[in-house]
Amino acid sequence: MSAVIGQPVPRVDGPAKVTGQAQYAAEFRPYHLAFAAIVSSTIPRGHIRTVDVAEAERAPGVLAIITHENCERLPYKELGKRPQVDPNSGEQLHVFQSAEVLFAGQPIAAVVAETQEAADGAARLVRVAYTVDEPTTVFQISDGKPPSRETAEAGRPAESARGDAGSALGLAPVKVDIACGHAREHHNAMEPHATIAEWDGDRLTLYDKSQWVSNVRMEIAHVFGIPEANIRVISPFVGGAFGSALRTWPHVTIAALCARRVHRPVRVELTRRECFTAIGFRPLTRHRIALGAERDGRLQAIVHEAYGQTSMYEEYAETTLEPARTTYSCPNVRTQYRLVEMNTNTPCPMRAPGVSTGTLAVEMAMNELAEALGMDPLELRLRNYAERDESSNLPWSSKALRECYRVGAERFGWSRRPAAPRAMRDGGCLVGWGMASAIYHANRSACAAQAILYANGQAVVRTAASDMGPGTYTSMTQVAAETLGLPIEKVDVEIGDTAMPKAPVHGGSITMASVGNGVKAACEALREKLRALAGNETDASPEAILRKHELDHLEAEAESKPGDESEKYASAAFGAVFAEVRVDPAFGTVRVPRLVGAYDAGRIINPMIARSQCIGGMVGGLGMALLEAAEWDERLGRVMNANLAEYLVPVCADVAELDVTFVPSEDTIFNPLGAKGLAEIALCGVAPAIAEAVWHATGKRVRDLPIRVEDLLAE
Amino acid sequence: MLPFGYAQAKDVGNAIQLMGRAPHAMFVAGGTDMLQLLREGVIEPAELIDLNALPLAGIEADGEGLRIGALARLSDVADHARVRAEFPVLARALAETASPQVRNMATIGGNLLQRTRCLYFRDVAVPCNKRQPGSGCPALDGQNRMNAILGGSAHCIAAYPGDMANALIVLDAMLTVHGPEGERRLKVEELHREPGDAPHVETTMRPGEIITAIHLPSSAHAGNSHYVKIRDRASFEWALVSAAAAIEVADGAVRVARVAAGGVATKPWRLPEVEHRLVGRKLDEAAALTAAEAAAHGAALRPGTAFKAILLRRAVERVLLMAGGLA
Repeated sequence: MSAVIGQPVPRVDGPAKVTGQAQYAAEFRPYHLAFAAIVSSTIPRGHIRTVDVAEAERAPGVLAIITHENCERLPYKELGKRPQVDPNSGEQLHVFQSAEVLFAGQPIAAVVAETQEAADGAARLVRVAYTVDEPTTVFQISDGKPPSRETAEAGRPAESARGDAGSALGLAPVKVDIACGHAREHHNAMEPHATIAEWDGDRLTLYDKSQWVSNVRMEIAHVFGIPEANIRVISPFVGGAFGSALRTWPHVTIAALCARRVHRPVRVELTRRECFTAIGFRPLTRHRIALGAERDGRLQAIVHEAYGQTSMYEEYAETTLEPARTTYSCPNVRTQYRLVEMNTNTPCPMRAPGVSTGTLAVEMAMNELAEALGMDPLELRLRNYAERDESSNLPWSSKALRECYRVGAERFGWSRRPAAPRAMRDGGCLVGWGMASAIYHANRSACAAQAILYANGQAVVRTAASDMGPGTYTSMTQVAAETLGLPIEKVDVEIGDTAMPKAPVHGGSITMASVGNGVKAACEALREKLRALAGNETDASPEAILRKHELDHLEAEAESKPGDESEKYASAAFGAVFAEVRVDPAFGTVRVPRLVGAYDAGRIINPMIARSQCIGGMVGGLGMALLEAAEWDERLGRVMNANLAEYLVPVCADVAELDVTFVPSEDTIFNPLGAKGLAEIALCGVAPAIAEAVWHATGKRVRDLPIRVEDLLAE
Repeated sequence: MLPFGYAQAKDVGNAIQLMGRAPHAMFVAGGTDMLQLLREGVIEPAELIDLNALPLAGIEADGEGLRIGALARLSDVADHARVRAEFPVLARALAETASPQVRNMATIGGNLLQRTRCLYFRDVAVPCNKRQPGSGCPALDGQNRMNAILGGSAHCIAAYPGDMANALIVLDAMLTVHGPEGERRLKVEELHREPGDAPHVETTMRPGEIITAIHLPSSAHAGNSHYVKIRDRASFEWALVSAAAAIEVADGAVRVARVAAGGVATKPWRLPEVEHRLVGRKLDEAAALTAAEAAAHGAALRPGTAFKAILLRRAVERVLLMAGGLA
């Protein structure tokens, strides 16, 4: 059997998706399904004084209206140990349990009706009166508070230090000290969040859009005070998520509440506008970053202070200060983290959470330092290459970043870059080139899987994993086919169901290294069983072995989990990103004709879908650099552009040449499969590379993203 | 959205008759803007009267000019050989409107009547004088980057978002409108009105009227017409600023100048002072710059919109340079 791993196998779920046969959460149709619509608060802080449902109740087709006044009391039992997708401190929103309003857009009632249209229409007729309290809706870094002990213990401390960065910065002959930041961003996956809840006595089935079905089961068990064993969560397909479907959001509870009230299955599907408030977002983050260096470019000091937005009820914190500690070699590093509580919904991870924004600060500062030193930005990175993770003081399990720099620079033509800004033109346009490093920690969790071989030669692999788009179905098919020695057509992968063996969260770029090894272990266990059955008949086909033993199938289950390698090694994916921009000097419009990325992501299971992952990340980074921004009204505490017409993400015309290369790499210290992780790394570094290219084109440093025409319009 | 009735009109007379019977009805053609307004609850008509079956999609000769049926799709007009050759500003403006999918659905008549993109108008949870007269205008001191710097009032600064109307104005286009009182003609330039103290009244259309045709008179300046659109992303996006120009040069000097701007005003915005500065002059770089200097005269700038004055002058300068063959 020729190797299947490493081959550009087309997506095995592609035909089902393009022909509409892949069923997403909102598309299931249990018998007698009813539909719910959410009523959201219009004020950022206060109390609901009255809810008038009289007119809504009279609307045709309405089955029930649930408000805090008539909602059953839910236990919301304390979680023994919080899952890593939830904030470590604070308390999740308790749905319809009180009159208190904590942010604009908070779900405050639900209308259940025979059709979605009837529910939507009746929801418009629910009249709510409020007592308004003074809200906190202005992001002020002076309001920043140190993270709680729980958050600090989870790796987001208020302060961290190695060496004495303050003194070293003072003594450094060359330094930069800048403030920068990015806008609040929203995931805006194509598929809106949706849940269908169906009760059968005290047993609950949830069809959900989820990156982690096991967590939905666990959280809903705690919300309703029922055993986990009574809940089944089904989520075979996810139409994009970028982190927004990691947590179990209020609408899942709302669906279950509504279904219990009307004794029918009920669907809740968020509108696009609700996707800005009923789930999370990437928090607005402001940074101060100072670098001190010797004249030869060697870093002597890094000071990075970050201020992130969180809600009044939960403390969401990110690893935004990790890049300052890990990206470069530097003896003196100090970080400081503060959180600004506001009347808003709680933020949540969005592709490369924390790291991409911390990288933004570090890489912007490195580019400005290169200018101050009169040094090529790439050369500056090479002079500060971190041969080990100086944060943990551990060696890297693998690191091919030097090769990423070399390959990326060569493919881009970086050596032809003039040092001075405003030195390149094409017609009437200014042309600029910029680059940045990318780093994203590689993690791995335990994952169980089941492998079954049938007498007809078909194999099925099951694990409660998820595929929000990166190609889990395809890559796991490849791992299983290679391990079992079968062609890919003979392998079916089934995921997204709590009835299957337990898998970790589908986030943080851990799926390939976690689920991949779980699938590999299950298939190896199955092969062992087959080998034992075969005895001396080593040439017999699997089907023949099963037939001989009169078995209609043979199955095996196994778990793969990390050992102590993370105590001996630090692991991360790396990348080098190069960007070209064209700026119309009269109009300030920036276009990006090409992006080049070279990545060390460990072993690449499928170069075609891996490239697809990377170009998606590049487009996300382009959006962060030039387009994406929530337009927040400080008086109303509200995102005003909460729709896809006004919240701009790149369209095809914004995306030109995207060049992706994977440098040779295989990290078998990190895990047996040798893969690191790919999702997050592809977004990191793109925005600072573009920002640098904009400076190189125009001579203007824009440090607050997105960079817009008004930032580049000199009179 | 609230439930609504639906009726399909068979012809223009029938459409007007149906509207007369249902005072809270609205006409729908391509529906590309209306669907968004319905889904967001911005409009709540009792009934939609569907105009798509009306025989109004033709594009035909009209004397020396062209007559475009109001139900012609944007893509049909943008691709029409005579439009491209004789009215290039219109072809260009349409090519830069929305996306191919939207252009295949949206109609010429409906596009003229599209509603503003003001963020506060689109969000029913907040006040808006245009949506709920007298409720206030949070855009004045709010997120108003897409709003107008010209033609606003203390009650509304919502920008007219379209591209095509600006092109039609520089082409001296006329409209045929049918209504309960019969047929009338008006200039495209007379269709929209400034918000004043009644921002909910956006046009001079009378109750029950339907735009049935657009007339493009042939002219020398129409043949030398250009469109510049500046937007955040490269496609599928409204203009931050756009500029349309149609210029006739005779004997080395500008004989006729028509210039209009989009994205900056509460209605499609003619720039008479810019035109005045051009007529009689040689169209060179200096003339374009001098004329463009007048483009933002009278603009009311706010922190979120101040950049648009600069951008407007530069867009006008660019479009004039294009008209003069200098860019």
